[in-house]
Amino acid sequence: MTARFRIGDVVRIRRAFPPGHVRTPYFTRGMSGVVDSVVGSFHNPEDLAYGRYNDATLPLYRVRFKQADLWPDYDGPARDTTIVDIYENWLEPAEGEQQ
Amino acid sequence: MTGPDTHTHAHDHGDHDHDHDHARTFQPDIEDSPFSHYQVMAEALGELLIDKGVITADELRSQLEWLDARSPADGAKLIARAWTDPDFKARLLKDVNAAAESVGLSAGDIPIRAVENTPKVHNVIVCTLCSCYPRGLLGLPPDWYKSREYRSRTVREPRAVLAEFGTVVGDDVEVRVHDSTADLRYLVLPMQPKGSEGMDAAALEALVTRDCMIGVSLPRSPRA
Repeated sequence: MTARFRIGDVVRIRRAFPPGHVRTPYFTRGMSGVVDSVVGSFHNPEDLAYGRYNDATLPLYRVRFKQADLWPDYDGPARDTTIVDIYENWLEPAEGEQQ
Repeated sequence: MTGPDTHTHAHDHGDHDHDHDHARTFQPDIEDSPFSHYQVMAEALGELLIDKGVITADELRSQLEWLDARSPADGAKLIARAWTDPDFKARLLKDVNAAAESVGLSAGDIPIRAVENTPKVHNVIVCTLCSCYPRGLLGLPPDWYKSREYRSRTVREPRAVLAEFGTVVGDDVEVRVHDSTADLRYLVLPMQPKGSEGMDAAALEALVTRDCMIGVSLPRSPRA
């Protein structure tokens, strides 16, 4: 599967709360970040966890967030970041400056 | 047999005699506390895989033996080499598993990525969802790595967590937290400590601790 996003793209993590084995941390949902790297294609862990094996793969990205965006009361320097591994089904394009 | 042996007896150990009560002196065996749901599930899964011929008991055993035999010494070899060999460092940053294999080490099947500390960036690794860890190069994770406190606070207030490990990062340095929630594992490539220039490989490896490869600490000082 071809990666939809490229390094530097601003993306938003879907604000969704589906049941099941989900690898997208709560603290990232609804948050905007920047694609830091495109890792490659992997089987969707949300399927694998329930024994649903097939040939389909999903691009995996490393998405970089500013700490100050994740935590409104973050008291460290504005340059601090967190990078989280997120599968493409959780990403949507977002407007914003490249960070 | 379950339950402690409750008889008391007197016997001769050659140079001394004593009476003791096994009900008081026995420590509980592993089997004396109830299995959790997940322990039962793991045992059942292992037995089923063996019964159905998917894996053999020896394959399961040897994989556990391999995992238990991993140690941070393997990671330290890669870091020390990267400090002295720019070509190796480039290969390590490109593909840790391949770089490890090129020096006769096995990092396992899960792709590991090295993240490099610089004068402007300090990296620290966490898995907020569970306890993902580069076991192939560092061995089993320390208990604190799996604690809810480390997992939640490292993304929420990384500088405070680092300070509790004795690592104070200046405000002019970006703290970059890596949350390994998916198919990659991470290894921090720390900066070579001052004063260690010219040291041989074994001496350099001794400076590279497990914690500095997780990013909660810095390598040992060669003067310490």
